[in-house]
Parts: sequence; structure tokens; C-alpha cells
Amino acid sequence: MLEMIIISSVKVIVVVVAVLTCCAWSTWLERKVVAYMQHRMGPTLAGPFGLLQPIADALKLIFKEDLVPKSVEKVTFALAPIISFVPAILTFAVVPFAADFEFFGYQVTGIISDLNIGVLFVFAVTSLGIYGIVLAGWSSGSKYSLMGALRATAQMISYEVGYGLSIIGVILVANTLSMKELVEMQGSDSIWFFQNWFVFKQPLGFLLFLTCAVAETNRCPFDMAEAESELVAGYHTEYSSMRFSMFFISEYANMLAVSAVGATLFFGGWQGPLLPSVLWLLLKMFLFMFFYIWLRGTLPRFRYDQLMNFGWKVLFPLALLNTMITAAFVMID
Amino acid sequence: MNEVLKAVGNVFLKMPLGFVVTLRHFFKKPVTLDYPYKKKPMTPRYRGKHYLERYDDSTERCVCCGLCAAACPADAIYMEPEENEKGERRAKIYEINLLRCIFCGFCEEACPEEAIFLGQDYEFSDVNRNAFIYTKEEMLVKHPRKDNPFKRLYRRVRKVHGVTDKIS
Repeated sequence: MLEMIIISSVKVIVVVVAVLTCCAWSTWLERKVVAYMQHRMGPTLAGPFGLLQPIADALKLIFKEDLVPKSVEKVTFALAPIISFVPAILTFAVVPFAADFEFFGYQVTGIISDLNIGVLFVFAVTSLGIYGIVLAGWSSGSKYSLMGALRATAQMISYEVGYGLSIIGVILVANTLSMKELVEMQGSDSIWFFQNWFVFKQPLGFLLFLTCAVAETNRCPFDMAEAESELVAGYHTEYSSMRFSMFFISEYANMLAVSAVGATLFFGGWQGPLLPSVLWLLLKMFLFMFFYIWLRGTLPRFRYDQLMNFGWKVLFPLALLNTMITAAFVMID
Repeated sequence: MNEVLKAVGNVFLKMPLGFVVTLRHFFKKPVTLDYPYKKKPMTPRYRGKHYLERYDDSTERCVCCGLCAAACPADAIYMEPEENEKGERRAKIYEINLLRCIFCGFCEEACPEEAIFLGQDYEFSDVNRNAFIYTKEEMLVKHPRKDNPFKRLYRRVRKVHGVTDKIS
């Protein structure tokens, strides 16, 4: 029993540290990639290729003054960053990050908690993150923040349905909700190691998932909640110092979480030949991340009503269609 | 239904084109100049910070005639004359206020002694306003130059017009 607790704790610490590190260097990646897409160079001064920039940023944010405006609801204001930060990290509890391996004679599973309803857990937890945004916007007592929060709410209502429905296809095909089993199903020993990936069985489902995931994480082109050009900084206008950086980290942690879930559901998680399984997952995650950043470098922001139209009139019907077709095929089999 | 088809069509037909564009630009060389480390070469006629020339025997060319100060539209030049050991006239004080200077180059044109030139240096920012008043000592070149811009210009003029008289 004690052994199990120690192993689990170590796994938790390792995963959290890894996720936070990935978050930090995702900011670097984003700045670099977007910069090169705009013929700029991005950070170059801190370390080789500006690689130490995240550390410099973190130090700067820590030493900034923690401003709390007079008009805020103090308790909610303090809670909101935590509410948006925790669910983002929590997702990684059920993401299988490696194959089972042996470590100093102990048999270790490559997942923190193999819930039998892992997928459901992920979707429940990622939806909680929006409360952080809404509460932050409401408690700030600022018009811009409130607008951001309102938009986040509307966006959430429009997208959560499509987001949930987009993965039902996968669940129908796999007939399981456990992330671990989902990954194991997608493995293959043949030279076409990717033949069992669900992305080939659920192409439409994958596209829908991808679109909704971008909206879910409040990223461009669906970044209406923090639209810099319209709402100053949206829901975190009034935040500064570490409180702001918690929102910042949680945005990237959310991106990473959604990337990890996408890689697990559609691209076979840690499955892959030659390289160690952790690296395969990281590789797939960062391909997703690159796509996110690419998206930001390409598409302009949606308008408010366009987004709701798109969510309800395009994504929702398509997700239903996908579910229906998949269900029909599953029944025929 | 129509809206759905249109949106789906846009996603599959038009959006990839946009992605291709950004990806193509991703692999292009950035236009940014890595400034403090790499510098753009200035044009030969660039008008930067002033410098004062010397004769080949390293006496100062400036005789403190005041023509540059008269020509200066910004009234940035102040000077006081004195005599050197040989009894020749030279500047005791020669100051240019670079905060007033508009870098028009009239002083360079007005100078009958080919003493003052606008150089290539543009990195003379400072936090102290007094630092922008450049004195004679700061602007005088350490050693006489073999080739000042006017000499080069004269050589070209002589070549074009076939003038044969010598200038120092």
C-alpha cells in the first residue's frame, strides 16, 4: 500500500513538473513560430535561440506588483486563477503518458490513474476551467473583463455540445471510456504502425474535435474571451503579477491537455515504433501545439455572432451526423 | 443546410490555402536585422555625428572663422577663437549641440578649410542632456586622414573636368 502511494506521488510530481516545463517552453515555441511566420525572429537575447526567455518571463512576473483594484470581489478574484489553473493540470491524471515500465524493480503503469471513465473525466474537468474565466471576468468589476467573461460563457455554450459529441464516435468504435484501453487498441506491430489510429476511422470526428478544442482552450481564432484588439485583455485585464501568470500558464496547460487528449484519442497516444513511448506522446502533442500556433498565425478572430452560428449550425449538426453514421456502422458490424 | 455546406466547403477548400501561405512564410528568412550585433552598412553620404579633420602635419584644419555657425539653420554651433604656438588662428572652444543639430550638412558645405564633416556614427544616445554638447576634443580626429570625403570629391571633379592643378 505504502509502495503504491509513493509510486503514485512520484508519478504525480514528475507529470506536473513535466507539464509546467512544457507550458513554459510552449510560450517560447509560440513566440518563435508566430515570429517566423511574420518574418520576425522572436526572442533571441536570452540564451541560445532565446531558449531562456521563459525563465526571464517567469522571474519578471514573480517580481511584479500584485495589484488588486478597489472594485473587485476579493475572494472570487483570488480564487478565479486557481479555478482555471487546476482543471488544466488535472486532465493529465488520466492521460496515459507511457507504456508500463519497470523502475528500480517496481512495476509502474504509465498513467497516474487508470479511471474506467477516463474520457468522461477529461471532458468534465476541462469544462470546469471555463468557470475560472467567467468568475475572473465577473469579479474584476471592469467592463472589459465582464465582456470577456460573457463571451467565454456564450462560447462555452456553443462549443461544449459539439466538443462532447465529436468524441462519441471514437467511444462507439472503441467501446470503452478508459484512456489506457483506448491507447492499447490503437497499437500495431506491423510496419504500418499507424494503421489502427482512430483518426482514420473517425476523420470527421477528428476535425470536429480539433475545431472544438481550439474553442475550448480560448485560442485564436476563437479567442474572443481575451480579444486583445477589442477588450484590452478580456477576462484577465485587471490581473497582474503571478495571478496573471496563472491564467497564462493555465491557457498553455489547457492547450497541452487538449493536445494530449487529441493525441491519445486519435493518434494512438504513446504508441509508436523505435522511440521511447513518452517521446512519442510528446512528439504528437507538440505537433498539435504547432498546429495551434500555426492556426494563430493564419486565421483572424471570429466575430461574436459568427462563432455562435458556427457552433450551433455547423459543428453541432455535423457532430450529430458523425455520431449517427458511426452508430449505424457499429450496429451493422 | 446551405450554411453548413458553405462552411464545410470553406474549411476544406479555402482554409488550407491560407495555411499553405503561412507555412511558406515560416520557412523564409526573417527580415529583422539583429541590430546591436549586426549593423546595416551606411551609405557613403550618410550624415551622422560630426568630426573635425586635421592637416597632414596634424595641425587642426579649423580656423574658427564662424562660417559653419553662420550657415547652421539650427544655431547649434558655438565657437571662440585663440592663437596656437605658431600664431595661427584656431578654435579655443568649438561646441556643437547635437540636440539642436538637424544634421543638414550645411556646416560641411560652408567650411572653407574642409575641417568639419558629418560622419557615419549614429549611436550617440545618452541619458544626460549635457552629454549631447560635443566639444572640440571629442570631435577632433586623433590622426590626420589620408583621404577625406572632399578630397575624393575633388579628385572626381578634376577627372571629369580635366583640371590639373594640385590640391593638398
